[in-house]
Amino acid sequence: MVAQPPIDMPTPPHVGLFATCLVDLMRPSVGFAAARLLEAAGCRVSVPESQTCCGQPAYNAGDQADARAIALNTLAAFEPFDYVVAPSGSCAAMIRVHYPRLFADDPELLKRSQALSDKTYELTSFLKDILQDIEIKAKFNGKITYHDACSGLREMAVKEQPRALLGDVVGLELVEAAESEACCGFGGLFSVKYPDISTKMVSDKTDVLIATGADMVLGGDLGCLMNIAGRLKRRGSNLEVRHVAEVLADMTADVPPIAGKDNA
Amino acid sequence: MQVTSKSFVANAKKGLADANLQSSLARLSTGFPIARLAAIDRMPEFEQLRDDAVAIKDHTLANLDAYLERYEEKVIESGGHVHWAADGAQARDIVLQICRDAGARTVTKGKSMITEEAGINEHLEANGIEPIETDLGEYIIQLRNEPPSHIIAPAIHLSKEQVAETFVTEHTDFPAERDLSDPRTLLEEARAILRRKFIAADVGITGANMLIAETGTSVIVTNEGNGDLTQTLPKTHIVVASIEKVLPTLEDATTILRVLARSATGQEMAVYNTFSTGPRRPDDLDGPENYHVVILDNGRSDMLGGEFNDMLRCIKCSACINHCPVYKAVGGHAYGWCYSGPMGAVLVPGLQGLAEAHDLPQASSFCGRCEDVCPVRIPLPRMLRAWRTKSYEAGLGSKTSRAGLGVWAYFARRPALYRPLMRVGVAVLAALGSLRGRGRFSVLPLAGGWTASRDLPVPEGKTFVEQWKRGKR
Repeated sequence: MVAQPPIDMPTPPHVGLFATCLVDLMRPSVGFAAARLLEAAGCRVSVPESQTCCGQPAYNAGDQADARAIALNTLAAFEPFDYVVAPSGSCAAMIRVHYPRLFADDPELLKRSQALSDKTYELTSFLKDILQDIEIKAKFNGKITYHDACSGLREMAVKEQPRALLGDVVGLELVEAAESEACCGFGGLFSVKYPDISTKMVSDKTDVLIATGADMVLGGDLGCLMNIAGRLKRRGSNLEVRHVAEVLADMTADVPPIAGKDNA
Repeated sequence: MQVTSKSFVANAKKGLADANLQSSLARLSTGFPIARLAAIDRMPEFEQLRDDAVAIKDHTLANLDAYLERYEEKVIESGGHVHWAADGAQARDIVLQICRDAGARTVTKGKSMITEEAGINEHLEANGIEPIETDLGEYIIQLRNEPPSHIIAPAIHLSKEQVAETFVTEHTDFPAERDLSDPRTLLEEARAILRRKFIAADVGITGANMLIAETGTSVIVTNEGNGDLTQTLPKTHIVVASIEKVLPTLEDATTILRVLARSATGQEMAVYNTFSTGPRRPDDLDGPENYHVVILDNGRSDMLGGEFNDMLRCIKCSACINHCPVYKAVGGHAYGWCYSGPMGAVLVPGLQGLAEAHDLPQASSFCGRCEDVCPVRIPLPRMLRAWRTKSYEAGLGSKTSRAGLGVWAYFARRPALYRPLMRVGVAVLAALGSLRGRGRFSVLPLAGGWTASRDLPVPEGKTFVEQWKRGKR
């Protein structure tokens, strides 16, 4: 179900930005883009220094104890805020959908994790569903296609929000790829544990992306985007790949794409 | 059949390299899903029907003992026999005994996954009784001595050219130079052979899509009509079914039928939906003289009431398989037993043990499409994760990845250590990357699984949190 705005939203809403470990380490630009968008929409943005990772790798590996310990760290870091926003459907879903499951057997932690869950959103969903009438001031002259990352799509109902926001970008044309809802083959550790299968999946994915004739692929999850970008580069394609926040925050001129023409 | 789930990774590699398989899988994974969507579009109440189906299955599973007993009473009332089998070995022996009592030399078989699971064919053959598969796909793979690669399309891994080759090799009564390029000629040839087999068979064995408690009826759903000939022509009909196939009423069965074919092939209904109750009565025009039902547990009662209980709602439609990107990549044989795709990845560890099938629940990107399309809303990703938790607790799987994850988790739960470590790590990677000057790695130590087929972008250089703290915006 698509997220609904609360009746009594604090002004300005204080947002704890959960950068996610991949953005924090690999591509901070996405974090700055997210912060820029949130601030432009009237939010007060904080970045708690004690954030690390949502714990999904441990959780999906069946390592409940580590997943809980990491989740507790995130819980403590983000409890003080009105909202928690992540530029990732997958990490946001970990908090929103899975934290309460992780603490189901502990009434106190269940209550706290449920409260955190209730105020956690994926970035484009927060901008569109919660803040609603925000103004996007960005230009991009070109054709883009959008990859729906699985967790955002199926666990957080993220589908129309990024497309609606992109609709406000001057000069941008959206073309849909075939099977835009099919998995790219990333799946976190899946991509390194089962590289042959993952490669087949991302090869199929890059086939349909290339076939759109778009100049750029956008998506809301850095893991998927690194997977797609990595495969496109290896195939010698010049198709550019970026996080949707970079385009919405009008940062395409300042930051090189994740994949694209070699600058060397 | 030989279980090879332990060799999932090697099996998958073979599947990925099989060009015939790959083109079949590409067709399957567009064909069935598109047909399913079209069927659902024509039926606005589909979501409600899914909820109804879930409620029916949940209610039945919560009262399974009572419904099974009721079903048994009704079968006996209608003149049939019920046999209870705790495992595959017992089911094999019961079926063999019935066949021997019938003096059987040949046995026709309707398409049935449960007889694959129980290994009925091998056991009959070993004891001098010839089983003949009559579903076209099953017939083809029986000739080739292969296991099914899909629960409703067992020969999906083969091209029509491969089938033609098999027919030329195996059907030696036919002229060697005949033209089998048209699929229709293949069908006609198989039909001509199977007609004779149907009439000569002493026993017919079918599975059951459902067993109805209120009437003692077994239900089969097919598209070829072979199941009907299998169960009505021979003197003895044996139904083999697992315990969770029972449903309270005929009304419930109609609800399941309404979601089954739509989810499977996108048909409104399968071509044949056949209800049989007991042996032939004096006024009946046809039907078997003897009617036996073998009800198999084989590990399912252990799943009942536990964290895998919901898996027993499965109506074997194959929607999860048809929409699974991993199945689409590797095909059904990779899973190493008769069940494949997401349903197989949950079921096989339950029935064969996790040590045998450890890889199956791991080999998922958790894309969640399976749960989306499951007509009885089985939370498949959640169950795969539950298996992974059991694997982790049992210490199964790669020691290296476990150790790597452990080190990472050690730091991720300790931000005071994590921050400085990541600052250095990211800076080192960025420096390494800038030496190459291309913004990407094509080879990186310890990341071979990734970089064998994909580049890895070089990190921008400083962490986001660190830069934010220093006031960058």
